Amino acid sequence: MGGGFRRFGAARFVRWGRREAGFVSRAAQGVVLRGVEKRFGDVTAVDAVDLEVRAGELMVLVGPSGCGKSTMLRLIAGLEEPTAGEVWIGGRCVDEVAPGDRDVAMVFQSYALYPHMTVAQNLGFGLRVRGAGREEIAERVGRTADLLGLEELLSRRPGQLSGGQQQRVALGRAMARDPGVFLFDEPLSNLDAGLRLRTRDEIAALHQRLGTTMIFVTHDQVEALSLGQRVAVMDRGRLQQVGTPDEIYRLPGNLFVAGFVGSPPINRLELARDREGRLAGGPFQFAEDREFGAATLGVRPEDLALGGVAGGADGTRDVAAGARDGAAGTRDGGAGRRGRLARARGRSDFEATVLRVEALGSEQRVHLDGPGEAGWVARVPPALQVAAGDRVGVSVAWERTHLFGPDGSRVGAAPGPGGAVS
Amino acid sequence: MRDSGKGATRRSAPAVGDWGRSTAGPPRGPGSRAASRLAANGRVLLLAAACLAMAAPFLWMAATSLMSQLEVFSSGRLLPQTPLWSNYPDALTAQPFARYFVNSLIFAAAVVAGQVATATTAGYAFARFDFPGRDRVFMLFLATMMVPAVIVLIPRFLMIDALGWIDSYQGLISTELVSVWGIFLMRQYFRTLPRELEDAARVDGAGPWRIFWSVGLPLAKPAVATLALFAFIDAWKNFLWPLLVTRSMEMRVVEVGIAAFHSTYEINWPYQMAAGVVAVLPIAILFLFTQRYFVRGIQLEGIR
Repeated sequence: MGGGFRRFGAARFVRWGRREAGFVSRAAQGVVLRGVEKRFGDVTAVDAVDLEVRAGELMVLVGPSGCGKSTMLRLIAGLEEPTAGEVWIGGRCVDEVAPGDRDVAMVFQSYALYPHMTVAQNLGFGLRVRGAGREEIAERVGRTADLLGLEELLSRRPGQLSGGQQQRVALGRAMARDPGVFLFDEPLSNLDAGLRLRTRDEIAALHQRLGTTMIFVTHDQVEALSLGQRVAVMDRGRLQQVGTPDEIYRLPGNLFVAGFVGSPPINRLELARDREGRLAGGPFQFAEDREFGAATLGVRPEDLALGGVAGGADGTRDVAAGARDGAAGTRDGGAGRRGRLARARGRSDFEATVLRVEALGSEQRVHLDGPGEAGWVARVPPALQVAAGDRVGVSVAWERTHLFGPDGSRVGAAPGPGGAVS
Repeated sequence: MRDSGKGATRRSAPAVGDWGRSTAGPPRGPGSRAASRLAANGRVLLLAAACLAMAAPFLWMAATSLMSQLEVFSSGRLLPQTPLWSNYPDALTAQPFARYFVNSLIFAAAVVAGQVATATTAGYAFARFDFPGRDRVFMLFLATMMVPAVIVLIPRFLMIDALGWIDSYQGLISTELVSVWGIFLMRQYFRTLPRELEDAARVDGAGPWRIFWSVGLPLAKPAVATLALFAFIDAWKNFLWPLLVTRSMEMRVVEVGIAAFHSTYEINWPYQMAAGVVAVLPIAILFLFTQRYFVRGIQLEGIR
């Protein structure tokens, strides 16, 4: 990116936000979906979705591809008509309102810039269609270009711009109209990693300054959690959970959300009733009296701690934490090496063999061969000395685990190591 | 090892346009190099012969246009002994060719305007709007292309006659305003345009007409150019319909005028050829500037 990009910083947003700049957004509009359903032939893309996006909120719709999140956005924009249900924007039902009259602007994944128009014409098209005067268009286009660092590109055509510049023009086209709601359809997916991060930050900053309602669609859960004030997780046309990023991560409503959010994904273990009527799986046995026959245990990789093996009779090497070993990754963090190991020995919930270690610099991902057949992954501090082939004792932070009922919904944390056998 | 591996890849996948040149492959014997050169030369010869076959009638036309009546029939003469340039002014004044050219131009321009207007709108509707029976109606349109033009010639003539439009511009032009091929061409082209552009325009507040006019049509310029070009040429070289529907000298087009040398002046070959050369000139000049649209049109010619 050239100078334009660098100049596109927080200072510009400050200017944007000033009332005298005349660019303070009109009242942000809330968006409400009521029982919205969209079918394409036999395929149900969106299934009975109820969702409320508060005025001024940055809501991220996230889910795997084909989950219906883009269709939801198109329903809000009016580009698709719902098969059933209602869409409300700013307190009015917009089912009969054309896309152009809904007070929404959209940034498309492909940017969808008009290739035969200059950047200036692209920015001003929406205003021109609305019959704005020439001077007003010029002024608004000029101000948008100034804010986004597009001044030098105004007479160019989209084909002559880099991907990042095109993305910027697409953003500008939406902003120039000063809409009540911004809709973003995976606008970052065509950018390279570095630019993607920066643009993500800028969109967040833009939201803070404008205070406009923004609905942002992405398939990237990291993007969703880092950008959204609230996140709506979708799968197969259904809304799975709506909540703050923290809620979504810490208290996933069901197995899908738990598995979709988080990288590496949550560790799972299928549990079933054993002969004694206790819920069991792998090395664990729980005194769980809720009335379901089977369940799934979910443990985040960072909620596992590795320690040495109890009684390494065959001379198995102990796993030892390095000097920089912090609290995370070892529940006994802070204790000296000896003490930590001793306690880890005493407390480990199960034993496993290390299959592979991914050293990522800021953390290590340790692939274990247990407790189930699929094996689990633990996230541990980079200083922990562990290698493939090590036999380790693994302890689980039970209070942070998740137990999912047979229908996949979360019923609470697993009851804890009281019933664990090994 | 590595290099030889690369060489093998290159050998198996020669670059496009790398017509059997021996540089990419492993060292070949002098025999195989000679063979590939022979193949290249053969190709050039074949194309040259085809070019000559295509150009010969035009060259002969040009040569004949500069001969005297007598010279045309003297055996073995391909080129005029002394070019008779006066054939041109003589031929063009023997009949009111200025008027014919104006008529041809009006006819062709109106047909171009009409076909572009109908084909772009209909093509866009078939490509983008959902209406009941859309695809059936479109198939019906396509089916009419299978009807030989000669079959509808008489019904068309009777209709124009019933309207009292014989020997008038509206009679000449009105039946030529819609081209099913043009509608097909435009529909195919509009279908290739990314839908997101139109979605963006809708969110920007544009209605269907605005989207067509401000987004669809400007982006379809290459297809419109191809359509306009072929419509122009078809109208310019149209002979049968103008012959049928016009009667007076005032309404005659160039093509009909050229044919008139047969009856009016018995068969004056040099005059006819001179007029022919002049009639071909606009098309030839057009071709120089619009070659690429020709190619695109010819690619679609198969279904015409």
